[in-house]
Amino acid sequence: MSTLHAAIIFPFILAIAVPLLQKLPGRPHPGWAVLSGPAALFVYFLAQIPLVQSTGGIASAISWIPSLGIEFIVNLDGLSLLFVLLITGIGSLVVLYSVFYMNKEKEAIYRFYVYLLLFMGAMLGVVLSDNLIVLYGFWELTSISSFLLIAFWHHRERSRYGALKSMLITVFGGLAMLGGFVLIYLMTGSFSLKEIVQSADMIAAHPLLLPALVLVLLGAFTKSAQFPFHIWLPDAMEAPTPVSAYLHSATMVKAGLYLVARFSPVFSGQAAWFWLVCAVGLTTLVFGSFKAIKQTDLKAMLAFSTISQLGLIMALLGLGSAAGYFTDGQQSLFYSKATMAAIFHLINHAVFKGALFMVVGIVDHETGTRDIRKLGGLMTLMPVTFTAALIGTFSMAGIPPFGGFLSKELFFTAVLNAQELGIWSMQTWGGLFPVIAWVASVFTFTYSMILLFRTFMGKRQHGAPEKQPHEAPVGMLISPAIMASLALLFGLFPGLLTYSLIEPAMASILPGLLAPGEKFLVSIPFWHGWTTEVFMTLGVILIGSGLFALQPRLRALHRPLFSRISLNAAYDSGLRVLERSSRRLTNRYMTGSVRDYLVYIFTFLVVVLGAIMVAFDGFGIDMSSFAPITIYEAAILLALIGAAIAVPFANSRLLAIILTGAAGYMVTLFFVIFRAPDLALTQLIVETVSVTLFLLCFYHLPKLKKELSVLKFKLTNFLVSLGVGVMVTLIALSALSEGSSHPFESISKFFLEASYTLAGGKNVVNVILVDFRGFDTMLEIVVLGIASLAIYAMIRLNLGEDGEQVPPHA
Amino acid sequence: MKINDVILQTVTKIVVFIILTMAVYLFVSGHNSPGGGFIGGLVLASALVLLFLAFDTETIMKRIPLDFKMVAAVGAFITVATGAASLFLDIPFLSHAYSYVNLPVFGKTGLATVTIFELGVALGVVGVVVTIILSISEDV
Repeated sequence: MSTLHAAIIFPFILAIAVPLLQKLPGRPHPGWAVLSGPAALFVYFLAQIPLVQSTGGIASAISWIPSLGIEFIVNLDGLSLLFVLLITGIGSLVVLYSVFYMNKEKEAIYRFYVYLLLFMGAMLGVVLSDNLIVLYGFWELTSISSFLLIAFWHHRERSRYGALKSMLITVFGGLAMLGGFVLIYLMTGSFSLKEIVQSADMIAAHPLLLPALVLVLLGAFTKSAQFPFHIWLPDAMEAPTPVSAYLHSATMVKAGLYLVARFSPVFSGQAAWFWLVCAVGLTTLVFGSFKAIKQTDLKAMLAFSTISQLGLIMALLGLGSAAGYFTDGQQSLFYSKATMAAIFHLINHAVFKGALFMVVGIVDHETGTRDIRKLGGLMTLMPVTFTAALIGTFSMAGIPPFGGFLSKELFFTAVLNAQELGIWSMQTWGGLFPVIAWVASVFTFTYSMILLFRTFMGKRQHGAPEKQPHEAPVGMLISPAIMASLALLFGLFPGLLTYSLIEPAMASILPGLLAPGEKFLVSIPFWHGWTTEVFMTLGVILIGSGLFALQPRLRALHRPLFSRISLNAAYDSGLRVLERSSRRLTNRYMTGSVRDYLVYIFTFLVVVLGAIMVAFDGFGIDMSSFAPITIYEAAILLALIGAAIAVPFANSRLLAIILTGAAGYMVTLFFVIFRAPDLALTQLIVETVSVTLFLLCFYHLPKLKKELSVLKFKLTNFLVSLGVGVMVTLIALSALSEGSSHPFESISKFFLEASYTLAGGKNVVNVILVDFRGFDTMLEIVVLGIASLAIYAMIRLNLGEDGEQVPPHA
Repeated sequence: MKINDVILQTVTKIVVFIILTMAVYLFVSGHNSPGGGFIGGLVLASALVLLFLAFDTETIMKRIPLDFKMVAAVGAFITVATGAASLFLDIPFLSHAYSYVNLPVFGKTGLATVTIFELGVALGVVGVVVTIILSISEDV
């Protein structure tokens, strides 16, 4: 147990304590108490920066299930530090914002904070865990708490739909990831990330490499809303805005990025990893930015923007993984710039996207709508909100002097560098990378401008907003203001981040690249001369402005394209088809008819027995040891067969009963001639009793629908019964033959000898029944007793629907 | 018209004793010749069924005031109890013992704890069969 463990567990303990706050006198807003948690953690983690810078990380372990190699190991290195600071820092701001956003009278506010704290603890657990199984546990906990938060307004149908969708997709990915973890364990014999990184060479040569790689990536892609798994994120916008700001822009969706970065040391240098991460990232980047232009809802626009930005970071991580391929230090460093860009943009995105979500929340709160078609002209009414929105959108669009500009320049550098990568058929495809990046940046610029200008500029739309909009309360403005200032600050002074956060994070994503003692030379120049990147940015601004101006006219043009190709429709109809076809399948075989079930059972029996007998070459009939057949046996057998065959052909039930009785008495005769007097006596009496009971049943059949016809012939039934009969006969004959060819002594000799000497009885059957095997007899008597009691109860206890005794009918 | 079944009832009165004797014989001789508790019990039950058929249930139940569910339960109890008795003597469950004793009337006779076990079996069978038949007949 260390302070790191305590830091993970702290939010969970706080979550337990939150409902107790209801008892406080005056019932203050619980957000204030909750705020102390992330704020304290943030300060604690800030204090760890120097330590991580100098030592590269701290680790501590608690034993959990040592027999399975599962230890609760926490490890704070550069990458984890970056994420915990995001989680706790933005967490504090979101809690502060939610104090003013969530109404403590109208909302289930205590529940809200319980879920939020659960999520925070789970997220800390994900980024701090060193053990894969523990990581997976926290990973699923983020899925569950996110599910609860999305469906916070559970009385709305859309919320429940969005929550279910995100749950299904992220849990699908989570399970795939667990599969990948298990495969990694099979390869390395360890769940510890540190040990796995050390045996990366072994993994690279292992045949299970590709499945493990793909499964782990599935987990990362679903969580980070990468194409085509992004569809849950826009629907998750039904959550309260603080939740959207926290989970769906800054933290949870970055868990996938964290996973990719965390596994980079294991898989980087693999062509499959490079291509999957890059291709999916770039596709998501273009697709998300393209779709964001079309949205009319502000949060949906931000959701697609988030998808697109996550794709960007993902692509950068993929490009950076090329560094792992080269052993030559200079070349590796050249490509590791992409990783640096990824980390820098990750920070930038968290900051500006959090601010933008909060701005949208304020707009929603103050005007009552998020529809961009109903908004406009808010600039003069809400100056502070407008300023925050301006900084956020300009940073997102990549306009100097904000943080987004620098990270976009770095992104362009990385894609341009990728052209020089002479491996993995990048000679042919490399030229495509800058083009895609540039096109996506144009779209990004366009939607950023739409977001800003359609909301705050122009004229106020008449009729639509119910309220008279005005500036939000100060408390609500603090968090977006802080985030927006950070976005500006990181743009003006990127050096603030370089050695405190980016360099240690790079060291953990790309270990082994540098000789011990060396450090990554992280430099983010604010101005780097008239390079290609600058001209690309100029092009983005020019074309993007043009697109923005033309956008109302273009919208009509690109709308039909989207209604035709829709992944949501595919998801919905997929679920529907799955549900309907499984229902149809179940209805087809679960007919409710006992006959059908018997057909399944018997067919299964015949097939399995036959297959086993064939597989083990079990059939073999050897008649040599069989006893000769006497005339009596043949006669009784003929009578028995006759009676048995006649039963299905009997045209009345009475006849069938009597034939069954006849067969029973023939069996009695068999017992007689096979010298089993006790059996014969018992069989005689039991047969009589059962025939009597049959007759009783027969007599009381209802008059209605009484049918005296011959059984209908059904080919299936005939074949199945024939199969069972033939199979059982063949097996019996084979068993007898087998027994004669491999004789082993029967134990009956013992009973014959010991019956009188040990048990003092001459009737061996009876001695076996009551003495040698008395236990069976005892239980059979109990069985009989239970049967009689059951019959008694069935007849006497005549309960109606309401559980009351129904009087017996007269 | 009142059905007069005096012949049936008279024959029954005699035959029942023969059947009962037969049942007791089967029960007692079971250890050394065909028979035993199960068959003995079934035959005994058949004697009772004959009585139920020839007279009627209420008359017989008045003369033989036994709750046959209790009979079945007592039978099951005896079978378990004989088994459990051997536990007190620190020998395995259901170990039986027998010995030969010179009785005043019967001479040298083999007595075995198995007989008690068989008694349980017989009582169980009688109780079960009669309970089933009485329950069904009352329902009809």
